[in-house]
Amino acid sequence: MTQKTRRIEQAIISGWIDSGASVLDLGCGDGELLTHLIGQKGIRAQGIELSEQAIHRCVSAGLSVFQQDIDTGLTEYGDKSFDYVILNQTFQQVKKPDFALQEALRVGKHVIVGFPNFCYITDRFQIFFRGKVPISASLPYQWYETPNLHFLSIADFFDYCKDRNIIVKEAGFAAKNKKIEWLPNLFAEVGLFMLSKSTQ
Amino acid sequence: MEANKLTSEQTLENTETRHFTLVSPLEELVLESGEKLSPVTVAYETYGALNARKSNAVLVLHGLSGDAHAAGSSKSDSALGWWNDLIGPGKGIDTDKYFVICTNVLGGCRGTTGPSSINPATGKPYGGDFPLITIGDMVQAQRCLIDHLGIQRLLAVVGGSMGGMQVLQWMVSYPDRICGAIPIATTMKHTPQQIAFNEVGRQAVMADPNWKGGNYYGGPVPAKGLAVARMIGHITYMSDTSMAEKFGRRIRQEKEPFKFSAEFEVEGYLRYRSDNFVKRFDANSYLYITKALDLFNILNGHKLADVFRGLKAKVFVIAFKSDWLYPTYQSQEIVKACKLASVDASYCEISSTYGHDAFLLETEQLTTLIRDFLNTIANGNGDKK
Repeated sequence: MTQKTRRIEQAIISGWIDSGASVLDLGCGDGELLTHLIGQKGIRAQGIELSEQAIHRCVSAGLSVFQQDIDTGLTEYGDKSFDYVILNQTFQQVKKPDFALQEALRVGKHVIVGFPNFCYITDRFQIFFRGKVPISASLPYQWYETPNLHFLSIADFFDYCKDRNIIVKEAGFAAKNKKIEWLPNLFAEVGLFMLSKSTQ
Repeated sequence: MEANKLTSEQTLENTETRHFTLVSPLEELVLESGEKLSPVTVAYETYGALNARKSNAVLVLHGLSGDAHAAGSSKSDSALGWWNDLIGPGKGIDTDKYFVICTNVLGGCRGTTGPSSINPATGKPYGGDFPLITIGDMVQAQRCLIDHLGIQRLLAVVGGSMGGMQVLQWMVSYPDRICGAIPIATTMKHTPQQIAFNEVGRQAVMADPNWKGGNYYGGPVPAKGLAVARMIGHITYMSDTSMAEKFGRRIRQEKEPFKFSAEFEVEGYLRYRSDNFVKRFDANSYLYITKALDLFNILNGHKLADVFRGLKAKVFVIAFKSDWLYPTYQSQEIVKACKLASVDASYCEISSTYGHDAFLLETEQLTTLIRDFLNTIANGNGDKK
C-alpha cells in the first residue's frame, strides 16, 4: 500500500474516533496508527504486537505495547474495557479471524476492521486474464511468503457481518491514493469498517 | 558527540560503596515477621547527580548474589559493577541524565546488615539467630534510604530476577513513590520447581560439617556446601543451548591425575565460578536470601486483578525466551495482572539463548528498551534534565 493510501486510511479511522477515547490496536506494528491517533485525537493508546522488532520501535515511540499473539485471545480484558479496538490489516492475517473479531467486539465498545479487498478490479484482471494470484499495492506478496491467511472481499465481509448480527456503523474505502465511494467491491483496494455488537 | 550510538563504552571510575545506618541502636526496624532488627546499616552506591527537583532518581535492584556495586570500576579493587554495561554515561540507564542508586539487600553480606553482622545482644555475629527476612523487608529498608536521600518519588525502579521481585514489591508497597517500574525475568511467586532448586542449595550448605547451625564465624566456613549450592544455581541460570555453545564436550587442558577431576570444561567452569563465589559470599546470607525468594508471594491472598489496582506508575515487563528458571509465562502473569487492573504497561519477550543469565548479558537489547522507556517516563514528568 502506498504512503498516501495509508494516510487516507489513517484519516478515515481518525474521523471515526472520539477525542480522548481509549484505543486497543491489535497487531499495531511499529505503532504508526496509534501515534497518529495520539497526535490527532489525544487517545489513550495500547498496542498488541507479535514482532519483537516492532515492539522495540513502539517502546522507542513511547507507546504502551504488549508482545502477544492475538490468536490466543484477549481473555484478560473485561467486556467493553476499550472505547475502540482496531484490527487494521491484521484481520486477514490471524489464524481465526472470526474468533479475533468476536473477542474484539466483546472487549471494545466499537471495533474498527481494515483489510485488503481481494476482489479489487486489477486483482480480478490478474486472475481472469493472467490466471495468476494477484499481486498489487494492497496485496504485495508472492503466494509463498504472504502473511495473509484469509482472502476476502468487501462483499464477503458485509455478508459475514449480516450472518453474525454485527452492526456496520461506518464504512470507508480507498484505492490508488484516493477515497472510493462508488462500487467499492470493484474499485477499492482496502475496506475499513466500524462495527458494534448487535444489542439484541 | 555521536548521534544514535547504541551503546557507550564509558565506564564510571572510582565508584565507592557508602554506608548509611537506617536505624540507630535506639530504634528498630519492624520486619514483616513482627521481629525487630536494630541497628540496621544499608550499603549503597550512587552514580550521576540528583537534580534540583529530586525527580531523576532510578533505583536499581540486584539479584541473589549481587551487591551495591552495580556500575563503574570500584575505588578499592577496580572491579566492574554487576550491571556496568547498562549503567554509566550514555548507557541504557544514563548517569548523565539520571541519579542512579543501588543498595545491597537486607540479609546480604556486602555491607548491609545480615546474618554475618554483629548481634548487639551478644557482641557476636548473628549467624542462625538472624531473623527471617522477606523481599518486603528488603524494600522497606530501601525505602528508608530513599527517605534519607530526600527523594519523594523515584523516576523508576528496575531489576532482574530477585531484583524484579523487589520491583513488584515497590509497585505494591509504595505505589505512589514510583513513576515507572521495570521487572525483568521475574515472577510474582516461586513455583515448587523454583523452591526445590533453592532447597537443594540450602541442604548442600547445611550438610557441610563446617556450617554448625550457622555459627561458623571465626572458624572454617562451609565452603564446600556453598560451592555446590552455587553450582546448582549456575546450571539453572544458563540454558541447554548456552551451555552447549560455551563448553560443548570439550576437555580441559590441565587435568589432575584423579578419576573425578574436572575433566570437561563445564566442570572446570562450575568449580571456578563457585570457588570465586565462596570467597565473596556468606553461606548464611545464601540461606536467608533464598528463603526470602521462596516465601515471596506478591499476591499475598489478593486476587490477581486486585494486586496492582490503582497503580499509576508505568510498568515495563521484560522476559527472555530461553529462561527456564523464570519462564516467560511467569512474566506474562505479571502482565495479566497489569491488564486486569488497567495499569499502563508494556511487555517484551527478548529472543536470547542465554537462559536466565540473559538479564545480565543481553545488554544491547536491554539498553535500547530501558533507555527508551525511561525517556518516556521522564518526558511524561517533564523531568528530563
